[in-house]
Amino acid sequence: MGLEALLKGDGFITTTLDAVIAWARKNSVWPMPMGISCCAIEMMSVGDSKYDISRFGSEVMRMTPRQDDVMIVAGTVTYKMSHVVRKVYDQMADPKWVIAMGVCTSTGGMYRSYPVVQGIDQFLPVDLYVAGCPPRPDNLLNGLMQIQEKIGKTRARDFKNKKQETATVVK
Amino acid sequence: MFEEYKDKVISTIREGMPDVEFEFSEFRGELTVAFDKAKLVEVAKFLRDDDFLRFNYMVDVTAVDWATRTDRFEVVYNVFSMKLKFRLRFKVAVDESDLQVETVSGVWKAADWYERETYDMYGIKFANHPDLRRFYMPEEFEHYPLRKDFPVMGIPGSLTMPKK
Repeated sequence: MGLEALLKGDGFITTTLDAVIAWARKNSVWPMPMGISCCAIEMMSVGDSKYDISRFGSEVMRMTPRQDDVMIVAGTVTYKMSHVVRKVYDQMADPKWVIAMGVCTSTGGMYRSYPVVQGIDQFLPVDLYVAGCPPRPDNLLNGLMQIQEKIGKTRARDFKNKKQETATVVK
Repeated sequence: MFEEYKDKVISTIREGMPDVEFEFSEFRGELTVAFDKAKLVEVAKFLRDDDFLRFNYMVDVTAVDWATRTDRFEVVYNVFSMKLKFRLRFKVAVDESDLQVETVSGVWKAADWYERETYDMYGIKFANHPDLRRFYMPEEFEHYPLRKDFPVMGIPGSLTMPKK
């Protein structure tokens, strides 16, 4: 539709490979559904026909981290679980992003007590926080659109000088 | 069912175990009995096997930390008789100097995990338990979170987190 109109004139367009890759990347963000508690229910309804995450090219929620681009951490992360979340994150292929969904994940939320990690940014690089307890599906979609914007702006040079992250070994 | 069987249950327990000192109390239609922890397994077996009582369903095991009392802890058992449709709570006092209670997992198999949970949260050891490990907290955790002297936000550094 839009693209054909552009091609109609001379039959070609000029752009950079970087931009094409970023464009393709941002429209096929495959999420890792790290559904730990109640936020996962809202994450599931994002996948249904009413909210329909496939409008954004993200309907393929893969249960294996090897195929994912963005990890949606949906739910209360305890200290015991934090090792598992990090292990899954470490197994995802670069480039990768993290959405902290809901207040428990972002700050510990109402669980201000000893077993709950007070914000997953203590052990994960978080790209986006989605507010709410739990966030409405629309809010998660809004978050996804914002992370698409962020992904669309990435260029090869962003990864060039990136320090090699040392994966933590969880025994 | 409560009013109907209450007196019969009390008299059956008293007559069935005459050498144990029982202290019955009633609150809002719930019957509670306290006794010495040395007689725990003996009484538990009686409650389960007596033809009239038949407390065959182990509902829950937990504990209470009274903090300032002489006997600091109290281990609480909730049982239910499917035959009488009757609930009974029995408890034994445990002091800090001897944090040990005999396990009742040999009497009710269901008590196994409840006792592990109680051990995890209060540090009360259940002697002769088949597998007394931590239940919720990580194996290397050294504290008991539901004790009154444990801070709500935990002890810094006691729980591990992956490096960023």
